Amino acid sequence: MAKGIWVFIEHHNGLIRKVSLELLYQAKIIAETSGDPVIAVVLGKDISSVADTAGTYGADKVIMVDDEKLENYTTGAYTSVMNKLAREEEPQAILLGNTAVGKDLAPRLAHRLGGGMASDCTGMERDEKDYLRFTRPIYGGKAFSELTITSKPIVATIRPNTFPSGAPDPTHQAEMVKADAVIDGDDLRAIVKEVVLAASLRPELIEAEIIISGGRGMKGPENFALLEECADTIGAAVGASRAAVDAGWREQKFQVGQTGKTVSPTLYIACGISGAIQHVAGMGSSKVIVAINKDPDANIFTLADYGIVGDLFEIVPLLTEEFKKLKS
Amino acid sequence: MNIVVCLKQTFDTETKISLNSDGKINEVGVTRAINPYDEFAVEEGLRLKEKFGGEVVIVSVGTEKVQESIRTALAMGADKGVLVQDPALEKADEWVVAEVLAKAISQLPYDIILAGRIAVDDQSAQVAVRVAEAMNLPSVSSILELQAEESKATATREIDGGTEIIEVPLPAVFTAQKGLNEPRYPNMMGIMKAKSKELKVMSLADLGFTEAPAPKTSEPVFSLPGSRKAGIKIQGEPADSVRELVRLLTEEAKVV
Ligand SMILES: Cc1cc2nc3c(=O)[nH]c(=O)nc-3n(C[C@H](O)[C@H](O)[C@H](O)COP(=O)(O)OP(=O)(O)OC[C@H]3O[C@@H](n4cnc5c(N)ncnc54)[C@H](O)[C@@H]3O)c2cc1C
Ligand SMILES: Nc1ncnc2c1ncn2[C@@H]1O[C@H](COP(=O)(O)O)[C@@H](O)[C@H]1O
Repeated sequence: MAKGIWVFIEHHNGLIRKVSLELLYQAKIIAETSGDPVIAVVLGKDISSVADTAGTYGADKVIMVDDEKLENYTTGAYTSVMNKLAREEEPQAILLGNTAVGKDLAPRLAHRLGGGMASDCTGMERDEKDYLRFTRPIYGGKAFSELTITSKPIVATIRPNTFPSGAPDPTHQAEMVKADAVIDGDDLRAIVKEVVLAASLRPELIEAEIIISGGRGMKGPENFALLEECADTIGAAVGASRAAVDAGWREQKFQVGQTGKTVSPTLYIACGISGAIQHVAGMGSSKVIVAINKDPDANIFTLADYGIVGDLFEIVPLLTEEFKKLKS
Repeated sequence: MNIVVCLKQTFDTETKISLNSDGKINEVGVTRAINPYDEFAVEEGLRLKEKFGGEVVIVSVGTEKVQESIRTALAMGADKGVLVQDPALEKADEWVVAEVLAKAISQLPYDIILAGRIAVDDQSAQVAVRVAEAMNLPSVSSILELQAEESKATATREIDGGTEIIEVPLPAVFTAQKGLNEPRYPNMMGIMKAKSKELKVMSLADLGFTEAPAPKTSEPVFSLPGSRKAGIKIQGEPADSVRELVRLLTEEAKVV
């Protein structure tokens, strides 16, 4: 009996996060050659509609663990449940998105399972010997490391926006299986006191398809409104360089770079950002890069696909107008 | 309150990366520094000590060169250093490093263990969480704030789209995110004092290992990215350039 490739389904307010759908898509491609079933694993409270959706995105089987104790993510409870399930079912691999949850859960789970893990991968393919081969950026994207995990199950987190997310097929039938949440006492030590979610209509930085970022060239916090307006015409997220964050113009959570978020959007528009190596570390894997900078020698132009040398205070409003026309 | 800080020495973030003829990352002539996130961890440890008393001990797994970074942390105000240095650790992966760190830390007094969220060289973001697991301690990743009391601590952790406040009993492990604090610079007096502070170098045998833990990952194959080529600089009047840019984005790149 084939053992399966597991995809840990991250969900929020009843919606599956995009990266989980991307993993289902890529897991299916691997499954075509390995012959393993693709198994979606959904933990949480009142998750039946999430489980159904995972099925329509092509999972052969969905394992559901529906329990009050899993309503909020906690490292301990989630590790406990995933560890027990994995020991019983012995999957080939457990794939997670490289999100706040994935980054916290995966190493803990890998260690409890006594094995290795590949973090924040931007490549994953079938390997004859060790099942999967991963590629991951290191040194801020200045080098790549290719490796396999020699223990089983393989645990890996994949960078959001690495793979396409595929389309749902409402007619696809997945086998639905329920499992109990068996949680060790020690794994209930941490208590979530409060979850504070910032009300934002813009997409989450790490998952956004398009990001418009501002740097020191924005001159002040009030001018970010220009970027926000532009972003909202095309459903983009707004990022910032460290210079803009350290000046107190934007919150830390919006910082892109070595000491901020690593992003990989389809389109990254850098406005008034010089393109320092530590900034590039966080956005160098973007598919298309646009630079708007008044200095023709700014380093950002050495990696931008398209650049406009000019004053952002003139260019950005024009860009907003063009985007508006496009979307109307 | 006794604090242990896991410190990794990394390349300075400006470093140009190149490969040797054997495919390994070139380390010659490279400037080394404390992993930036571990600086936040050291600073947080010092602040806890200032508030509660106790000792801050720096623990690292690495080569002889790491002594310099440990001395820097001692100059900032940490009390002692432990460096686990052993030729058998040359091929260590995250599993191995975490097992070794856990063993080293277990032999020290600790209430709070601090580490960085991620090391900027291997970018694994695994080791600290693994240490917590190996020691069966609760952990909170990516913290922006830490309030400690006698036997418990409350941490604000960054999550996607917001923050989360988590309470854990001590001892526990916390990993530092940027925003936690502003690390201090060592002053002259600190640098002088650091010279005579204890920095213990230990082998695996000293820690009680009969053999090195075996890695769970294959030896990595390194490559350098094809450098991104500079693309088109769009010339002309601002309004024309912007129109051309949007045309290229929609028709050529097809990303909007
Ligand atoms: C350990 C370490 C970690 C770091 N981590 C990060 C990180 O995570 N993220 C990060 O971003 N940086 C990081 N940095 C900082 C990095 O080195 C740079 O200092 C920073 O990225 C510079 O930000 P900037 O490009 O906004 O500012 P500058 O480098 O000052 O560039 C501003 C740019 O704006 C342009 N400009 C000015 N006015 C206009 C205008 N009106 N119109 C158009 N263009 C204009 C200028 O020509 C210039 O190119 C780190 C540094 C270190 C040492
Ligand atoms: N060799 C090491 N010695 C001491 N601490 C380490 C070592 N490797 C990793 N760490 C700690 O674990 C954190 C995460 O590292 P990593 O998993 O390599 O990204 C670092 O910020 C350090 O605090």
